[in-house]
Amino acid sequence: MIFPSTAHGSSSVGTRDASRDLFPCIECLRRRRCVSDNLTRGGVPIEFFHISVLLRPHKSPPHEPHPQEATMAEAVVLLDVWVSPFGQRCRIALAEKGVAYEYKEEDLSNKSPMLLQANPVHKKIPVLIHDGKPVCESLVIVQYIDEVWSDGAPILPADPYARAQARFWGDFVDKKIYECGTRLWKLKGEALQEAKKEFIEILKVLEAELGDRKYFGGDAFGYVDIALVPFFAWFYTYETCGGFSVEAEAPKLVAWGKRCMERESVSQTLYDPLKVYEFVGFLKKKYGVE
Amino acid sequence: MAEAEQVKVLRFWASPWSFRVELALKLKGVPHEKVEEDLANKSPLLLASNPIHKKIPVLLHNGKAIPESLIILEYIDETWTDNPILPKAPHERGMARFWSRFIDDKCVGACWMSCWTEGETQQMFMEQARACLRILDDELGGRRFFGGESIGLVDISASFFALWLGVLQEVAGISLINGDEFPNLCRWIEGFVASDVVTECLPPRDKLLAVFQSKKQAILATKSMVY
Repeated sequence: MIFPSTAHGSSSVGTRDASRDLFPCIECLRRRRCVSDNLTRGGVPIEFFHISVLLRPHKSPPHEPHPQEATMAEAVVLLDVWVSPFGQRCRIALAEKGVAYEYKEEDLSNKSPMLLQANPVHKKIPVLIHDGKPVCESLVIVQYIDEVWSDGAPILPADPYARAQARFWGDFVDKKIYECGTRLWKLKGEALQEAKKEFIEILKVLEAELGDRKYFGGDAFGYVDIALVPFFAWFYTYETCGGFSVEAEAPKLVAWGKRCMERESVSQTLYDPLKVYEFVGFLKKKYGVE
Repeated sequence: MAEAEQVKVLRFWASPWSFRVELALKLKGVPHEKVEEDLANKSPLLLASNPIHKKIPVLLHNGKAIPESLIILEYIDETWTDNPILPKAPHERGMARFWSRFIDDKCVGACWMSCWTEGETQQMFMEQARACLRILDDELGGRRFFGGESIGLVDISASFFALWLGVLQEVAGISLINGDEFPNLCRWIEGFVASDVVTECLPPRDKLLAVFQSKKQAILATKSMVY
């Protein structure tokens, strides 16, 4: 099985023994159970992420520390899964702050003892481990990064009201995008039309909030941008499955996404939308959604 | 300061979420006006202040509107810095935020649905609720409050368990929170409701019981939290 190269063009293509990778995953699916007791994220069973192991690009991790950064990098570890938009938020925040860290790809069909110990409540990625202490939940991690590495450009603004507004929109993205987007690729017929209507409404609300600003943070790339931008790579999947055009419904949002992609922290983190679509296509086959 | 600050809370007396906001303001000694909302007939002020979700609570501070209780709590802590409700150290702040979200995203919903479902569905929700309560009980351990020696963000977030859960399980005729299974939580509840500041803000239990009894059929039909 050939694995895709990354969005930013480095051609790390490799092969994997398909049968060795497929077997444990199909077994999990057949049992329809998972380590975290059928917990879901936004209605999607956690098995979803088991499949990510099969389509994981065979390449070096998103950030390889230089030898002289090694000691500092060891103090910061990110447990993550390549395709996770929640993990990507953390990667972008760390990159924006110039923080060296060690990236550990998790196999969610076989969670590491480190992950189970670091996040015993949810057993989910992403988890940031800093000097041995874990921080869980992507937007909690982003705020943590902002508070610890306060020398770098701020992610949240200084003013309490502006911070509250940023948290509000981060929370809005959290509650709405992933759950509704998942329904776009999982459902058919009337339920799909319902999801499409809702998703377009969500896009329009976000577009209205963005207005003519460069970023949600104003002139500065910030918290809301970080919360939302990983889903930019999922827009192609959502619009193709849903039968609409994100650009037609929310042109300013698409222009914003392209501006964000000019930032290295974003372009080095997000994968090609076609890779995300391929990943979801694989999921659809596995779930018998066609 | 030249002008008096104008602090208003758009609230509903029976809501655990508007209670959170009022408790935080009380802990900080911030004078404020309570504006009672009729949730069946939401005011233009509420709809204008929270156009996205159209829900209470909303904090209005000198005309600026802040919705969503956990976001309001952080705003209160950052604006009125005496008697902090969040810890200073970033890791502890991260943990406080994590537990508050856990309470909101998992615990409250499971407890709520346990009360208003039946049969196997109810059993499933009750199992989930117990698992959540167990996790919270373990996390609290022997501490007086989740915040340590004083009431903090997580305690304020957990106030649903201090009064509302007991009322709801009585209305629904089930038992979720009990001293045998959750000794730490029950001890916390006793200490929390005995605190002067909390007592001043809590709605009367008998009034709460009456309102949930009266809304029982509507809630059973819709499962919605009528806030």
